[in-house]
Amino acid sequence: MALPENGRSRGYLAARGFRSWALTLDHKRIGALYLYTTLFFFLLGGIFGLLIRIKLMYPGQAIFSNQTYNVLFTLHGSMMIFLFIIPGIPSGLGNFFIPLLIGARDVAFPRLNLASYWIFVAGILVILGSLIRPMDTGWTFYTPYSAKTGANIALLSFGIFLVGMSSILTGLNFIVTVHKLRAPGMTWHRMPLFIWGMYATSIIQVLATPVVGITFLLLAMERVFGIGFFDPAKGGDPLLFQHFFWFYSHPVVYVMILPAMGVISEVIPVFSRKPIFGYKAIAYSSLAIAFIGFLVWGHHMFVSGMSKTASIIFSFLTFFVAVPTSVKVFNWIATMYKGSITFESPMLYALTFISLFIIGGLTGMFLGALATDVHVHDTYFIVAHFHYTMMGGTVMGLLAGLHYWWPKMTGRMLSEKTARWGWLLTFIGFNLTFLVQFYLGFKGMPRRWAEYPPQYQTLNIVSTVGSWILAGGILVMFSNFIRGLFRGDPAPANPWKGLTLEWQTSSPPPEENFGTVPVVTDWPYGYVKRKPAGDG
Amino acid sequence: MTNAFAGGAAASPSAWQIDAVFLFIACVSLFFFLLVEGLLIYFAIRYRRRKASEDAALSDVRSNTLLEIVWVLVPSLAVLAFFTYGYVVFRDVTAPQPGASDVNVTAGQFLYEFKYADGRTAVNELRVPIGPPVKLIMTSRDVIHGFFIPEYRIKQDILPGQYTYLYFQPDREGTFDIFCTQYCGVGHSNMRAKLIVMSPDAYSTWKAEAEGAKAALPLFEKGKELLERFGCLGCHSVDGSVKVGPTFKGLFGRMVLLEAGGEAKADEEYIRESIVDPGAKVVKGFPNAMPTFKGSVSDDDMAAIVAFLKTQK
Repeated sequence: MALPENGRSRGYLAARGFRSWALTLDHKRIGALYLYTTLFFFLLGGIFGLLIRIKLMYPGQAIFSNQTYNVLFTLHGSMMIFLFIIPGIPSGLGNFFIPLLIGARDVAFPRLNLASYWIFVAGILVILGSLIRPMDTGWTFYTPYSAKTGANIALLSFGIFLVGMSSILTGLNFIVTVHKLRAPGMTWHRMPLFIWGMYATSIIQVLATPVVGITFLLLAMERVFGIGFFDPAKGGDPLLFQHFFWFYSHPVVYVMILPAMGVISEVIPVFSRKPIFGYKAIAYSSLAIAFIGFLVWGHHMFVSGMSKTASIIFSFLTFFVAVPTSVKVFNWIATMYKGSITFESPMLYALTFISLFIIGGLTGMFLGALATDVHVHDTYFIVAHFHYTMMGGTVMGLLAGLHYWWPKMTGRMLSEKTARWGWLLTFIGFNLTFLVQFYLGFKGMPRRWAEYPPQYQTLNIVSTVGSWILAGGILVMFSNFIRGLFRGDPAPANPWKGLTLEWQTSSPPPEENFGTVPVVTDWPYGYVKRKPAGDG
Repeated sequence: MTNAFAGGAAASPSAWQIDAVFLFIACVSLFFFLLVEGLLIYFAIRYRRRKASEDAALSDVRSNTLLEIVWVLVPSLAVLAFFTYGYVVFRDVTAPQPGASDVNVTAGQFLYEFKYADGRTAVNELRVPIGPPVKLIMTSRDVIHGFFIPEYRIKQDILPGQYTYLYFQPDREGTFDIFCTQYCGVGHSNMRAKLIVMSPDAYSTWKAEAEGAKAALPLFEKGKELLERFGCLGCHSVDGSVKVGPTFKGLFGRMVLLEAGGEAKADEEYIRESIVDPGAKVVKGFPNAMPTFKGSVSDDDMAAIVAFLKTQK
């Protein structure tokens, strides 16, 4: 990352050279490495997404073949999920800001932290290596198709196994860090809400990720040794894979969204200059979501052939995730009541998060209810729904966090004007791309279709044009990041006048974060009664 | 470009029931959406900072127990209503219907084969009369497929080595789409079939004609009918366009390049081999995706298919 000049401190960025990054034990550098890596796959996955949309403008073979299309949507989904959204906020922003927000000098196990980054990279290299014969299974790898297709599924499984192991180690590290390294005086109820979100996330990572590791191991064994766990001809059960897969992949949805909710809980009070409303409810709802998240995986399988009784129970349990989630939304809105609100780019992204995430959440109601899910399952309705929760939710949360913490991470400010243009284009493009897909799905267009009957074309064209505007917004945004990295104005220690501990050290922070370890005497959201620290 | 809003209307009583659940959830959700979005926009405008000096909020409210209890209870009641209504309708539309006529469905990459009780079979075309409910008894011969009739609002995955079931009651004449909704490989998006709902009279006439007409057809026309019946034309076009497999136009007698290298002449023997052992000589540029038809295409059928291909110059 680039550096302030004119005699200002370069902080943790002082050392230069490859070794100073590759072998660093500093959680901030490791966080930055994760951010660079995951954002790269966000852009790559985004390019695949654009190609998918271009193909779907014309339902023929004009652009590229159906097989290429199948490979592209598989790569789009897998990279976005396994290499961007899951590790993005937890490993990127989490690594960077957990120690800063709790007043610690580093995470509990800095060497383990470095190891988990390089295990992540090793996993990526294995995955990329397996693409010599590109996979065409979709990111869900359902058997028996995944056991039969020509791709290197066994090698790929090993790559995902490694990425998962990295995720477990990071979660473990964070749990210990939060338990053992909080600054003097920081009780559990004085912890920033981002920490609560990350803590709940880490519990899911540690408990759920081993299951996906084992699942992919079984899949690899199925392919290499032909054991037949999932093959009915050998007495196996094709649905068993789906149960295993969703037992991980549903909880992991909350690995994606809880950290983003944590970011929003930090940004809203700062830009409203108002104490967060219902602190305890927001904090404990994160744990509630993490817990309930383990009990609902079957709602991905209502039409799979699973028993009807199981479907009914899973539907019932699924709806209870909606309650702690809506509590958070109501509390964020209530925080704005009688505030003194400003609309710098982090706040714009935070408000966008709320608006889009509500659409994602409410359309989830149609999927939790049995009768309606049967109709829209595996159609574009699902595609729209999860893009609203994952891109409208998690990605907007990540962007809110990036814009909010950019000055702290790099010691430089972003251009506010460019940031707003990037936001506007992203917002318009996103809605144009995905809103129409709800209707396409309701009208019956299945997902993962390379071709479709003519009645679906008009809305597909709208969606594709939307994807170009969205890409334009992302392009403007990233040009701002790159410009900000090298030529942004020097950032003060506390540009947004926040009260959390990271703003009480210089921008960028020194190697061990704080000159003297801060002593905490109050929660971090008392905006009315306390004066902000720092030189803001 | 065609009208995006045409088609897809509910086409059975159970579809209307499901649409009613949709409407109910949509109305309640819309209420919450407008409430939250309205408050967000109202607060954003009403409480925006007007002067730089107003660097503190008007209020220090940190919680309100009564308010928080209300907004735990209200969403809880709403989701309980969603669950209950969704469950009741689901129970009704998936319940076995007495007096249903059975149709066996075998799905495979990338077609549906329908087998009626009286021994007739058809590929990618399911004809039923208006009136009696239909029970589909479904299994797959390879990977997982889906069976989706959008206008009936029903869907069920089809698994290898296991039977799944789907009920519907046709009460309106018409032709309805059947889509595969579980990704099943390169031909997934071409795995489509038609449900044709006929009046009881028309149905029995068609049934009689279908039996009678078969013998009288000239060989090449029988071949064309077979290609349609076996679903070949889902993947192979006759007009030169490229689908999952190579086109039939101008195929017969030509030399074709092979994926494994070399070339082969598309003669009678090559066509027979490609039907019973499709992986043996895969045409260059196409996936080895075709299932074998060994055992389902008789020698007479084979002859008719070859006769038809010869007509496709």
